[in-house]
Amino acid sequence: MLSKLVTRQVFNHGLRLTKRAASTAAQQKLVGDRNPQVNYRKLFINNEFVDAIAGNVFEVLNPATGDVIAEVADASEKDVDKAVKACKDAFRLGSEWRRMDPAARGDLLYKLADLFERDRAYLAALETVNNGKPFKDSYNIDIPHCIAVLRYYAGWPDKMNGKVLPISGDFFAYTRREPVGIVGQIIPWNFPLILLCWKIGPSVATGCTTVVKLDEHTPLTGLYVGKLIQEAGFPPGVINILSGDGPHCGASIVKHPDVNKIAFTGSTQVGKIIGGEAAKMVKRTTLELGGKSPNIVFADCNLDTAVEMSHFALFFNQGQCCCAGSRTYVEEKIYDEFVQRSVERAKRRKVGDPFDENTEQGPQISHEQMDKILDLIESGRRAGAKLLVGGQREGDKGFFVQPTVFSDVRDNHRIAREEIFGPVMQILKFKTIDEVIERANDTEYGLAASVFTNDLDKGIVVSNGLRAGSVWVNTYDNFDPVAPFGGFKQSGLGREKSEYSLDSYTEAKCVTMKISQRNS
Amino acid sequence: LAAGVITKDLSRALQFVEQLQAGSVWVNQYGALQFQAPFGGFKESGHGRELGRYGLAEYYEMSSSDSQARKVEIKYTQIFINNEWHKAANGKTFPVINPSTGEEICQVEEATRVDVDKAVKAARKAFDIESPWRKYEPVARANLMRKFATLLRRDVDYLSKLETLNNGKSVEDSKGDILASADCIDYYAGWVDKITGETIPGGCDQMIFTRHEPIGVCGQIIPWNYPIMMMAWKFGPALACGNVIVLKPAEQTPLTALYCASLIKEAGFPPGVVNVVPGDGPQCGNAISVHEDIDKVAFTGSVEVGKKVQEAAAKSNLKRVSLELGGKSPLIICEDADIDYAVSVAHRAIFTNAAQNCTAGSRTFVHSKIYDEFIARSVELAKKRVVGDPFDPDTEQGPQINDSQFQKILSYIESAKKDGAKLECGGERAGNKGYFIKPTIFSGVKDNMKIAREEIFGPVMSVLKFDSYEEVIKRANGTSFGLGAGVITKDLTRGLTFAQQLQAGSVWVNDYDAVCNQAPFGGFKQSGHGRELGRYGLEAYYEVKTVVIKLV
Repeated sequence: MLSKLVTRQVFNHGLRLTKRAASTAAQQKLVGDRNPQVNYRKLFINNEFVDAIAGNVFEVLNPATGDVIAEVADASEKDVDKAVKACKDAFRLGSEWRRMDPAARGDLLYKLADLFERDRAYLAALETVNNGKPFKDSYNIDIPHCIAVLRYYAGWPDKMNGKVLPISGDFFAYTRREPVGIVGQIIPWNFPLILLCWKIGPSVATGCTTVVKLDEHTPLTGLYVGKLIQEAGFPPGVINILSGDGPHCGASIVKHPDVNKIAFTGSTQVGKIIGGEAAKMVKRTTLELGGKSPNIVFADCNLDTAVEMSHFALFFNQGQCCCAGSRTYVEEKIYDEFVQRSVERAKRRKVGDPFDENTEQGPQISHEQMDKILDLIESGRRAGAKLLVGGQREGDKGFFVQPTVFSDVRDNHRIAREEIFGPVMQILKFKTIDEVIERANDTEYGLAASVFTNDLDKGIVVSNGLRAGSVWVNTYDNFDPVAPFGGFKQSGLGREKSEYSLDSYTEAKCVTMKISQRNS
Repeated sequence: LAAGVITKDLSRALQFVEQLQAGSVWVNQYGALQFQAPFGGFKESGHGRELGRYGLAEYYEMSSSDSQARKVEIKYTQIFINNEWHKAANGKTFPVINPSTGEEICQVEEATRVDVDKAVKAARKAFDIESPWRKYEPVARANLMRKFATLLRRDVDYLSKLETLNNGKSVEDSKGDILASADCIDYYAGWVDKITGETIPGGCDQMIFTRHEPIGVCGQIIPWNYPIMMMAWKFGPALACGNVIVLKPAEQTPLTALYCASLIKEAGFPPGVVNVVPGDGPQCGNAISVHEDIDKVAFTGSVEVGKKVQEAAAKSNLKRVSLELGGKSPLIICEDADIDYAVSVAHRAIFTNAAQNCTAGSRTFVHSKIYDEFIARSVELAKKRVVGDPFDPDTEQGPQINDSQFQKILSYIESAKKDGAKLECGGERAGNKGYFIKPTIFSGVKDNMKIAREEIFGPVMSVLKFDSYEEVIKRANGTSFGLGAGVITKDLTRGLTFAQQLQAGSVWVNDYDAVCNQAPFGGFKQSGHGRELGRYGLEAYYEVKTVVIKLV
């Protein structure tokens, strides 16, 4: 039922390709290739695959087994220099990229989206092998969403108007929206392809050139995208893709004097370091960081929907979502029933082999993440929250954690304050609207929030009162490309997707010309 | 005009907000007028919006050979309604003529009032609130449009020959039109998920937002000079906003529109979303303009007919009107211009498309210092212009569209001679078959001559002399038209001054007719209402609904 609901939920909000593709997908039994070939393990610079200059490689694991899948090139400072140089050449005034018609930039994105569509099954299998998410999700959610995002941005290049200004005096003044220049983009491991598309979409649409750093846990699909970029016909140097770690590769990008803007998605802790470094050179920065998002369930809601969506809000993607609904506030009147039903639902959640079509939950990304989650579970137990289901590692191979539900959680418990990034649900009790808004906002984060109610007033008043970049009413995790996404407070800076995202990839240039006589 | 709903139920309220046909919808209050919130009517409650940012929109203009012919197979000659082909209700057909020969190509079913009624019914059904079209996600609508554009490109060879057969423009020009049309549809497909309403900062305890909703059934009446391209300009924004369409192609050139209708079906548009009714103005076009169940009419054509369309729209159901009409557009060549460049631009400005172009640069103002040289070189270029069979790859200029246009143009040429203008070249028919006219240039043209005041729509260049820039701006603006204007100068300040002072919807500096999909196009004064192309082009195809929710 979850898969049905999730599929419907996601598809209803623009993540689908076409009706036909979706229904075909539903009819056919989905079988993912467990051993997709890994053909691209090198750095993608200037439309070519090259070894790291130092010749280093690192191992990439399958989190479902802990086995090594491949060794890929490990980029460090010199490779970053090379990639930035490629960006710089591609961005040179008068270059093919700078002279390209806006609509032609859009056509490249349309083409790239078509290639994602062609290779959907392969990309989904590779994503699942490397990230651990169920193949069903990679195939039905991640790849179609990538396609939708690329096509959304494909429409923008010839629609990003500047303005003509009603200036005083004998002047003519207008604005041009120019590309910010060379962009460094650092992608996390939880949605490797989706977040890659969220980054390259606006950068291509606005005419920037970019160095992308893939996460060291999940570089495989991103490197394959290098091949698709080459095939789509992008000029060399427009998009360069590196695999490497944070301290060497990521840091070199952030510190590089020729990089004009940094876009980072990841933890708040790393985001602050990046923000600080970028500030030293006044680089434009967009950060999409962590969250501890409140999900508020009122007694007048449709309880079936609320239970299912709250389950989805937290457990989707193994709980590895920056916007996971990880503080479920439930009105006192329905608290016990909600808890009981949520526990039942969590018990039914199928954890295991991500290539099994019945699997709802795969492994966490790494041993380290698994240990961190188990440690936080332990802290919840010790603090006095009631562990109702789960709480332990699942099996002894791979990095699986049981779906876990805590009731009687208090606002000051660590599990109610810190981002767990795992399948651990906290259910808290509230009595009044004012109280719950205050408690929901009492966090350093502000990425997302949701409200379940059938009351018009409550829906609007509470969503207005919540300090979060996305508020979902009677739904969760709507990621339509048209909707901006990003954080209040320490959940980040700037917005991704939507028209708003274009602002952070463009500079406004105001041109003022003296003229002989101005009239209205 | 307005509507209210009192309910505590969130989803019910939102359902009412979507489905009520009114410019303002108030939830849990009534009559909440606010400066920030646009106010105005759907249907017969009025046009346009007052208050809010939208209120400003009402008060500004935006400046911005035979052997081959026989090989073209005619596939569709019937009326296209509900994705099906129909015979005319009155059982009649009309002849479609090849302007290169004056001979009949085929007979096409003649749509009249009864057929228009049928098409409107189909469109109305397709627009029903529960219809598949209304329920499509934006992206699905965009995908259909992009599919349609792909089909236009796929069939560019066939379509360009058909267009040339029916319209007389060269095959190369037809190809250019079709590819530009496909780009136009793609451009608007990109808009589908980017047409955003606004949330408006209301007073406290209020939530105000606007929805941009499709207007409904749109009657679109297009001309014969750019048959496919005018169709694309009309379809693009209308479909992007989610409207349904009854298109009347010009009776002279219905063939490509009918073929495109088959592509609409092939692309997968639901029945009734696009209907094509070939017919004439008095019967078919008029039936659209006066129709009580058509919500909007868009017309491209002559000023004379445009006025009738607007009047009929107002007298019937006050349907929304957008008009793209005639012009007598000035092109000003300053003394500092590179003369060869200026001559080539001026030549292209008037003679493109056999001068059957609403933006034709038909008043060429040339500075007295370079006047004589300009005339000499222009005559040289005009004499080189290849007029003839549009299927011949060397041809630059085909025939005029029909005998009546042909005669009208020749009579304008006569009037100019009588008025004392000097005929420098051309001035007569080319060949003895079809409706070809030699590229014609008149010098010594004065502002009060007929050829300097009326739209000729034929290959006649009128060159006027000027001495001062203040004078030429006044003269350039001394017309009831205001569609296009051009200025050729190397002086930056002068270029910008002209751009500011010329009364025209499009001003081109150091170029002419630089029309592109992103840039709005339309007329000041009697050259029309509203804009096509660009983001502005969307504005003619949505209603703004203001929703005010009182938080109680």
